[in-house]
Amino acid sequence: MGTKSVEPAPVQPESIQPGALERKFAKLQEIVSRHEGQVAHLIAILQEVQQEYRYLPEEVLTYIATALNIPPAVVYGVATFYAQFSLLPKGKYVIRVCNGTACHVRGAEGIHFALRKETGLAEGQETTPDLQFTVETVSCLGACGLAPVMTVNGREVHGQMTPEEATAVLNRLKSGENQGERGDQDA
Amino acid sequence: MSTGNVSIDGRLVEINDCRNLLELIRLAGIELPTFCYHSELSIYGACRMCMVEVDGRGLTAACSTPPENGMVVHTNTARTRRLRRMIIELLLANHERECTSCERSGNCRLQQLAHQLGVTRVRFGGRDRRLPVDGSSPALVKNPNKCILCGDCVRMCKEIQGLGIWDFAFRGAKTQVTTAFDKPLAEVSCVNCGQCAAVCPTGALTVKPDVDRVWEAIYDPDKVVVVQVAPAVRVAIGEEFGLHPGEKATGQMVAALRRIGFDRVFDTLFTADMTTIEESLELLGRLDNGGRLPLFTSCCPAWVKYAEQFHAGLLENLSTCRSPQQMFGSLIKKHYARETGLESGKMVCVSVMPCTAKKFEAIRPEFVTAESPDVDIVLTTVELAKMIKEAGIVFNELEPQTFDNPLGMGSGAAVIYGASGGVMESVVRFVSFHLDGAGQGRVDFYPARGMQGIKEAELAIGGQTLKLAVVNGLGNAEKLIRRLEAGEIFYHAVEIMACPGGCLGGGGQPVPNDTTVRRERMKGIYSLDRAEQLHRPQDNVFVTRALERWFGGPANRNTHRDLHTHYYPRRRISGKPVDVSGEPEQQPLEVAVCVGTNCYLKGSYDVLNKFAELARQMGIMDYLRLKGTFCLEHCDCGVSVKVGEEIITGVDPENVEELFRARVAARVPTPR
Repeated sequence: MGTKSVEPAPVQPESIQPGALERKFAKLQEIVSRHEGQVAHLIAILQEVQQEYRYLPEEVLTYIATALNIPPAVVYGVATFYAQFSLLPKGKYVIRVCNGTACHVRGAEGIHFALRKETGLAEGQETTPDLQFTVETVSCLGACGLAPVMTVNGREVHGQMTPEEATAVLNRLKSGENQGERGDQDA
Repeated sequence: MSTGNVSIDGRLVEINDCRNLLELIRLAGIELPTFCYHSELSIYGACRMCMVEVDGRGLTAACSTPPENGMVVHTNTARTRRLRRMIIELLLANHERECTSCERSGNCRLQQLAHQLGVTRVRFGGRDRRLPVDGSSPALVKNPNKCILCGDCVRMCKEIQGLGIWDFAFRGAKTQVTTAFDKPLAEVSCVNCGQCAAVCPTGALTVKPDVDRVWEAIYDPDKVVVVQVAPAVRVAIGEEFGLHPGEKATGQMVAALRRIGFDRVFDTLFTADMTTIEESLELLGRLDNGGRLPLFTSCCPAWVKYAEQFHAGLLENLSTCRSPQQMFGSLIKKHYARETGLESGKMVCVSVMPCTAKKFEAIRPEFVTAESPDVDIVLTTVELAKMIKEAGIVFNELEPQTFDNPLGMGSGAAVIYGASGGVMESVVRFVSFHLDGAGQGRVDFYPARGMQGIKEAELAIGGQTLKLAVVNGLGNAEKLIRRLEAGEIFYHAVEIMACPGGCLGGGGQPVPNDTTVRRERMKGIYSLDRAEQLHRPQDNVFVTRALERWFGGPANRNTHRDLHTHYYPRRRISGKPVDVSGEPEQQPLEVAVCVGTNCYLKGSYDVLNKFAELARQMGIMDYLRLKGTFCLEHCDCGVSVKVGEEIITGVDPENVEELFRARVAARVPTPR
């Protein structure tokens, strides 16, 4: 007689295209199989799975632990250790504001603040409830010459930003000018 | 191993096969402080308390440095002293210092070392974050605010028990030791053995206290409070009062229990003898009728939960006998109450156990009489000692007393239940006289004794040779089961105890609870057995009489009703299923294919795939909500699938299509 727990309400990451989850699940198993279920490949598996789901849902991590025959606590430990992994769903657009020394000195804080205000993020929140935007800070993007810098989905790099220009970028994303740019954050 | 000499604080010490400098230094009579070093666990080198200065190498952690010939080591220098104090100070800064009201106050290693090293002030500010305390488990409490991240619990659970409930999560200043997904302990596959709490140097992991509930029952004039005491308690409780580990304290303990106010003081030995008789006859029955072998013992509730979670296919191999604790509870509430004219509702059955998992066992829904638990409250050895101290009883000056009858009598075969191998030896004692009949005398079955993790023995009896195994530590149990399942070995009977050394090393025993102490307790157990007049369970007339009077003899329908039980496959971790098909627009039919370990290994992924393929082919994907779920608790029956509320088991590649058409597709409107 198992101690059953109440199941938490499911997180719906986005409006799901028919068959999308099915493909993701097939991909998940394909990734695990390709790595031959090797525990030493755990980080690589998590990276690839995150590319697929855009974050690491708890049940998917449990599935990976099952497939690799390791305790789920170990998978959780690895997934929470590295900043590259997220256990919470991320927005369609992930905006990273550099807050390294150079960017910080040149006003990264103001950009960060403007973006958070514009997207209506509450204290402690990084992703908007509609899963459109995630605003994060990052320690250095290695483009200090362009400080202050921000990136969108790890691809588009915007240098020498001002709060106004950052807001403009945001509004462009909102109005859907950058269609097709979604997905692929650097893993 | 290198040979030669090491100079320790100016004295030459022979290396003597020591694995590391720490061992050697301690052998030389210097008690280097440590938090994270345990000889039975891997070396972690996290606490840095054992730093010494080695000429030519500077500061080195002694635990992770192998001794080499000619090394010159200084254990007590200005630098090492400053360093150790600083470490303690930093640990204290991050530690919730509510020492006076902490469960571990008085035997906390952090408190002890801070005192020993003369740390009288902490110059650093505390943590600004207070993490929630997890009291969800019936056996253990986790207070992360007191954790010093030594990782002892993590390695204990992973290396000795093979479970890996705990691990480090997050990083840097946010590092925590926690369960998978930070879930409450009651929702993961923890078996409640309490070994994590036994190695925890602080109050971060403690046994869930039940002392107040016992006082409440004792103060209630309407209640008759009955207590039973497990074998391993009597050789350990003295440690709380300055006696040596293994020193017998049965008489004082009984006297103390009476002084505290228990109305009847009984002995779990009584039902241990009963367990041996029932379990031995079960084994003989299986041998005669070609029943499932090996027969696994079922006295250890941590092992039982482990088997339910990880080896559903072996549940039929487990002895159906309840543990001595639960047999006792059942006897008290069902038979003793009736015989003495008491209402079972007025009786409170308390048990004192070396074990934390017994707290979980007592609340299992199978063990109830008249809707209340057979065993109402479980105390650990340490909790009983606390009650004795609280009552102001001077333990060492008590005149020894004896248990009440009739449930206070046990043979030597019951005493040894407290040590790994004891149950097996008791069965051997019963069976050898039962089958070969002859006279009195005694049987000492040495192959079952000792601290080794896996012990094997053969017993020639009644014209056949029985192959037996005794295991302690769930990690060892897993190894043995793998070999059994691979067909590499075969046994007729296997005893499994979750804790190293058996119950005497249980999670509820006094600290220190390490190998050295456990060895002494084990010696104590066997010397008690030698001193007993009765050595065989069948010689305990109180037990044979009780079996006759209450059940009409052993091993029959009546004993099966009250003294035996059932086991159920049990899921390991809570959580929602993996969504595979997304939310369809119509009211969907939920189809959940189990992807828990058992089903996964039996190919549930292929079943899930086949279902998706068939659903697409038949154009009914929109009517289904397909998921991969974790454990439907039918692990022993092949791949399980839940369709709506119906659970279908035994799905395999052969029948998958037929099952899908008949049991899934038939339930949705077909477009064709």
